[in-house]
Amino acid sequence: MTANDMNSNETAKHAAGPTGTGPTIDQETLLQNETDPLTHTPVHLMELEGVGKHYGNIIALTEVTMAVDMGRVTCVLGDNGAGKSTLIKIIAGLHQHDEGTFKIMGQERKLTSPREALDSGIAAVYQDLAVVGLMPIWRNFFLGSEITTGRGPFRRLDVKAMKEITKNELADMGIDLRDVEQPIGQLSGGERQCVAIARAVHFGAKALILDEPTAALGVKQSGVVLRYILQARDRGLGVIFITHNPHHAFPVGDRFLLLKRGKSIGYYDKKDITLDELTAQMAGGAELAELAHELEALGSHGDLAQELEAEVAETAGQLPH
Amino acid sequence: MTTLLKPPPALDERVGKRGMVSNLLGRPEIGALVGAIVLFIFFSIVAPVFLQANSFATVLYGSSTIGIMAVGVALLMIGGEFDLSAGVAVISSALTASLFSWYFSVNVWVGVGLALVVSLAIGFVNGWILMKTKLPSFIVTLATFLMLTGLNLALTRLIGGSVATPSIATMDGFASAQAVFANDFTIAGVDLKSPVFIWIILVAITSWLLLRTRVGNWIFAVGGDENAARAVGVPVKWTKIGLFMGVGFCGWVLGMHNLFAFDAVQSGEGIGNEFLYIIAAVIGGCLLTGGYGSAIGGAIGAFIFGMANKGIVYAQWNPDWFKFFLGLMLLLATIVNLIVKRRADSK
Ligand SMILES: Nc1ncnc2c1ncn2[C@@H]1O[C@H](COP(=O)(O)OP(=O)(O)OP(=O)(O)O)[C@@H](O)[C@H]1O
Ligand SMILES: [Mg+2]
Repeated sequence: MTANDMNSNETAKHAAGPTGTGPTIDQETLLQNETDPLTHTPVHLMELEGVGKHYGNIIALTEVTMAVDMGRVTCVLGDNGAGKSTLIKIIAGLHQHDEGTFKIMGQERKLTSPREALDSGIAAVYQDLAVVGLMPIWRNFFLGSEITTGRGPFRRLDVKAMKEITKNELADMGIDLRDVEQPIGQLSGGERQCVAIARAVHFGAKALILDEPTAALGVKQSGVVLRYILQARDRGLGVIFITHNPHHAFPVGDRFLLLKRGKSIGYYDKKDITLDELTAQMAGGAELAELAHELEALGSHGDLAQELEAEVAETAGQLPH
Repeated sequence: MTTLLKPPPALDERVGKRGMVSNLLGRPEIGALVGAIVLFIFFSIVAPVFLQANSFATVLYGSSTIGIMAVGVALLMIGGEFDLSAGVAVISSALTASLFSWYFSVNVWVGVGLALVVSLAIGFVNGWILMKTKLPSFIVTLATFLMLTGLNLALTRLIGGSVATPSIATMDGFASAQAVFANDFTIAGVDLKSPVFIWIILVAITSWLLLRTRVGNWIFAVGGDENAARAVGVPVKWTKIGLFMGVGFCGWVLGMHNLFAFDAVQSGEGIGNEFLYIIAAVIGGCLLTGGYGSAIGGAIGAFIFGMANKGIVYAQWNPDWFKFFLGLMLLLATIVNLIVKRRADSK
């Protein structure tokens, strides 16, 4: 049932073309008035208000407010343990918030399982990837959302279709797999990450959540992932992109939420902040001295950032800075 | 299974050519298969009577009484859990059917139906407690094992007044139930008993279920990595509860055979059999840690058990040797499986 829904969605997605030939989004007006670009109604695809979460007596998240819109990228930045993963686990249905409200399309929700999130069109790439090491790549790709053929008691997996889609989706990412029958545990860390990302891109019908997707990736694959984020945005998906790296976040993000020790320390529209300010904010005032070194170290990624910024400008017209 | 045999896609140059042999070596049940062949040849040589059709049918029958349960237990182990109550639950099921029909003097089919409900309920309770408490299944099912052992003895004495149930041979429906659960078929001069057929059908269905359905995918996933499975939307709780209920179902089938092969049940039986089922599954390539294995492997494991059990009799040896053989097979098969697993899980 749900797998079929996903499927029809998928074909629609492909028909629209992955490079944003579908509904084009006017970034200009989008940044001025906060309406949903596809439905032109003043609701957000997802909206969090004062959301808090504690694990026993550990307070992981308090008073977080943010919004995700269709065709927009919301970046979440913060140090280790800032609560980024906790935040996306609430949105993806893995955990439930204890405080505040979480709305999807203006409707208050408390997702009780990842299945519910997937059925609402929200797909996530978790930091720990959520793959089953002993299972073949193609089975991992479709796990929980398998394609079936036949009816009633003869309903069975459509193995051929699933293998083909897996192979193609990964080829699109620039990952040329030897054999989709290989247990996923045998892949390299980055390859595994690419499978998880390709899976989420495939199944995310409305929203795509990526928790540090570029952490284990080479420069080329990082570029591909950032490009994917832009493509997903142009297809009208709401994207949440979690990263430590402001150089990755800034070129693709429309909104930036900065977390520190479970609290929001800033929530900006792209027009209100520059890359340097973002980096400074992330590092915190006291650590500014260290920042100079850090920026130098990050220099190698500068090329990529520039290249991507150029691409953003290309695909989305001129961006306000 | 012919759908499996499609022309191989153009292979990547980084994939070395894999011949038939190495493909076969990648299967979970390879250790068991090698063991079964070795054992078969061995007994054919030392006890030529072993090769006669009727003795082979006896071996198959012996295998099926372990194999029926090994199917459910193998699936459960692939799903990452144990069931130590499986042995006594078989007897609980048989006792339920027999005592209920006898006490209320109803058609035995009513008792058979009730036994099915009870067996599924035992499985459900095992699974439900496991998922609620997050305790290891070893502890949960050890508790149900003890409770069922006590209930079997206590209730049988309370209702029937003895350690064995009263005979139900003359009751309504006994003959037809016997025809289903404990029939003798003579095919081409060979005597075959109905559990052999039930066993083969169960293995075929569960193999298909495991490899070609969504549920099968979920079983591998919950055993391989429960958290990952949950994160991608697999109904972990219901998959595991379903697996325990599957063991319950197999226990019902075997329990009904035990009951109708005779007409009474000993309330103290079944203890220790849970290990035979687990051994069959492990010999058959199921990993103790879950996420890997096959239904056919459990069947081969049970077949090894049956061959060793009966082969020793045909060779006219002291049956004391049986446990030695079983232990040796377990060791050898698991070593082979370990090597296979290391290759598969080289993270
Ligand atoms: N299941 C849990 N039980 C208890 N505490 C938890 C749990 N999950 C997270 N925490 C705590 O909540 C805080 C936030 O964790 P979270 O994983 O959200 O951080 P993060 O921002 O994603 O960090 P990183 O950048 O390292 O991934 C941490 O202090 C962590 O110890
Ligand atoms: Mg994290």
